Amino acid sequence: MKFLHNILEKQKPMFEKGGKLEKFYYLFEAGETFMFSPASTAGNKGAQIRDAVDLKRMMMTVVIAMIPCLIWGIFNVGYQHHVAIGEQTSFFSVDNLLFGARWVLPIVLVAYAAGGIIEAVFAVVRKHPINEGFLVTGMLIPLIVPPTIPLWQVALATIFGVVVGKEIFGGTGMNVLNVAMTARAFLYFAYPSQISGEVWTQLAGETPIDAYSGATALSVAYDSSNVGNAVTAGLANVNSALAAPFGDFSFFSFENMLIGGIPGSIGETSTLMALLGAIILVVTGVGSWKIIVSAFAGAFLMGTVFNMVGANEFMNVPAQYHLVMGGLAFGAVFMATDPVSASQTETGKWIYGLLIGALTVLIRVVNPAYPEGIMLAVLLMNVFAPLIDFYVVQANKKRRLARATV
Amino acid sequence: MSKIVKLKKGFDINLAGKAQKKIANTPPSDTFAIKPTDFVGMTRPKLLVAEGDVVKAGTPVLYDKMQENVMVCSPVSGEVVEVKRGAKRKLLEIKILADKEIQYETFQTYNVSDIKSLSREEATAQMVKGGVWPNIIQRPYGVIAKEEETPKSIFISAFDTHPLAADVAFTLKGEEEAFKTGIEILKKFTEGTIHINHDLNGEVSSVFSGVEGVQHNKFSGPHPAGNVGVQIHHVDPIGKGDLVWTVTPYGVAQIGKLFNKGVYDASRVVAVAGSEVSEPQYYKTYTGACVNKIVEGNLKSENVRFISGNALTGEKIEKDGALGYYSNLLSVLPEGDHADFLGWIMPKKEVLSFHRAWGLFSFLNGKNKEYVLDTNTNGEPRAFVETGVFEKVTPMDIYPVYLLKAILAEDYDNMEALGIYEVIEEDLALCEYVDVSKHDVQQMVRNGIELMQNG
Repeated sequence: MKFLHNILEKQKPMFEKGGKLEKFYYLFEAGETFMFSPASTAGNKGAQIRDAVDLKRMMMTVVIAMIPCLIWGIFNVGYQHHVAIGEQTSFFSVDNLLFGARWVLPIVLVAYAAGGIIEAVFAVVRKHPINEGFLVTGMLIPLIVPPTIPLWQVALATIFGVVVGKEIFGGTGMNVLNVAMTARAFLYFAYPSQISGEVWTQLAGETPIDAYSGATALSVAYDSSNVGNAVTAGLANVNSALAAPFGDFSFFSFENMLIGGIPGSIGETSTLMALLGAIILVVTGVGSWKIIVSAFAGAFLMGTVFNMVGANEFMNVPAQYHLVMGGLAFGAVFMATDPVSASQTETGKWIYGLLIGALTVLIRVVNPAYPEGIMLAVLLMNVFAPLIDFYVVQANKKRRLARATV
Repeated sequence: MSKIVKLKKGFDINLAGKAQKKIANTPPSDTFAIKPTDFVGMTRPKLLVAEGDVVKAGTPVLYDKMQENVMVCSPVSGEVVEVKRGAKRKLLEIKILADKEIQYETFQTYNVSDIKSLSREEATAQMVKGGVWPNIIQRPYGVIAKEEETPKSIFISAFDTHPLAADVAFTLKGEEEAFKTGIEILKKFTEGTIHINHDLNGEVSSVFSGVEGVQHNKFSGPHPAGNVGVQIHHVDPIGKGDLVWTVTPYGVAQIGKLFNKGVYDASRVVAVAGSEVSEPQYYKTYTGACVNKIVEGNLKSENVRFISGNALTGEKIEKDGALGYYSNLLSVLPEGDHADFLGWIMPKKEVLSFHRAWGLFSFLNGKNKEYVLDTNTNGEPRAFVETGVFEKVTPMDIYPVYLLKAILAEDYDNMEALGIYEVIEEDLALCEYVDVSKHDVQQMVRNGIELMQNG
């Protein structure tokens, strides 16, 4: 490996100041530091030793935490396809894997390629290091889009997210909005027909059987509350001829929504897998457990409040159903915990998470035109996070000024 | 009315190569240096000696133009062999070759009752002339105290929680009288309380236990529990307009000896520690000792870094460099100038991490594991991303990231409101260690302090 490092070191002068390829220094730096952690040592003064952690590792931890969701998503895309065309197979079958991988991996690749290229362009033009943030963004975006999304839309959304969500603010660490959610919102408002309706099952040109509906749990809930039917009953009626992949549950039962054998965005159908990711994030300390816990608590509380009001059938959805329907779990675990766009104070994190959960359910129930409340809730709270922090920090300042003697 | 403070936040860095509690019998260093850069905030040092001059221990060597009365004195007697200057003739180092037998400048001696009746002015006059005044550091800013000002209280931390820190009680063995006298002198400078802060879980050494008329507080918890700044924050916090002085126990004893014996006694016991030292132990020498004699034949490897002070707040020195004025520790750590293949994702168990991000398994080693850490930065500088980490290693009611951002923005009002008066570099040194984004936190803190001083 020393040999490889020497080759790299030899190229270095070309990229340094005064070199022929000076412009591309940060590209070189990114490449080099991905191969070898740098030989740089601590400065003459100050801490002479440094922690083993760095931002790349931090970001990779998030990517690793998303892998359960990705793998589940791949199988589920295949599973939903085969169920839809009447060839119900066991969930973890090779068929499901191959079919899912055929449709999911291109989306992942396109998101990484588009994100990587745009990061590189900005790094060269704006002369800043390539931000590791796109490692996470490139994985997040594929997991929150339907498996039928056109690839060019993935690329466009990623570019929009990175540029408008992040780069115009100065890059990773400076952004106000969560980059992946910005990309998702862009798709939602710019290309609504490809991200709502019957898009959640990749049929790959085949005709679905009559007994199969590719609607998401949230839209089923909306439809049944519209006609005045209890939502739980409505959920039980849809796809009632089909069984859940695991256990003896009906298709849209609480249990199956928890496990995630339902149509939806690629990575966010399984609450269980999101929770597995949450465990990785919390144990490694990379994601704030306060935000995750309070987001779930906020959704449950809001659901309970609506249960008590009970003015329509959507309000009567049992509060625990809100936790497993739609993208709440995925959003609470992977989106809300983005340290840059979330609240940065520990007290603020409780408030921030709680409001995300509550707003998600509020949007779902009161304005079902936007069935996916988590997206708007996270973006809205991203905007308000600095305000929450402002008041938390202000309290600290007041304590200090109270003891000033002049 | 003593206080007991139990701190939870912080992080102990348990390095290998702790100094054994014995004092080595080696030929003492023969060269000693005074470095104006050790005195934080000394902007215009004026030299009082020239190469070739003969000095005694206690002969003034330099002073700061901004604080003309306060002398920095030679630690030993001998000949000034070198005055080292850097770019723009900046004064870097004054080297003195020591005599075999140290000759002292003599100052007035006082017995116990004399000291009681001594006025503040008389005490000040002897201290500024006798070279011990720079031991007194003021907060805010962490600079040498102004002799005409009166602090609301004086703080002395009797224990050190830094990595590989010298044992305070061990290095002051036999200095009971000097320490007591030092405290008596310090009492003349404040109407408030003198606080001596001890380790709750340790034994109070005889050096401190007999001292009366002061408040003994106890602290427990991981580093930085031993930092005087943290202790001030919990006992008598600094608000805007407040002034607090801090002195190290060694400084107190040195002040005492100036009055007891009438000499500037710069002898001190220093620890030589670190994973690369063959026999880590203590040495009896003088302030500013050059380290080459001490480390000769006592190193395990070649590619090492010599640090005057501890691994968190210290300063890199050359092999023939000297320990700093305030330093009683030489840390020798491996230099980390190695590139690691895929070092950013490979599992690391032997590099201590406060974090548990993917592959950082050092938390599995348990608390008693001793680490051999090198000086590699383990990553590249980035913007602030991770949140809530600095707070976990800062046992103070302060938001370090907000404070640092206020400093970067040169926002004076916010720096003040967020607590710039309560911290100096060492108080946020752990933030620099644990920082994911590898900021030079301590330099940023100093920049902020300088802005406040000059603004």
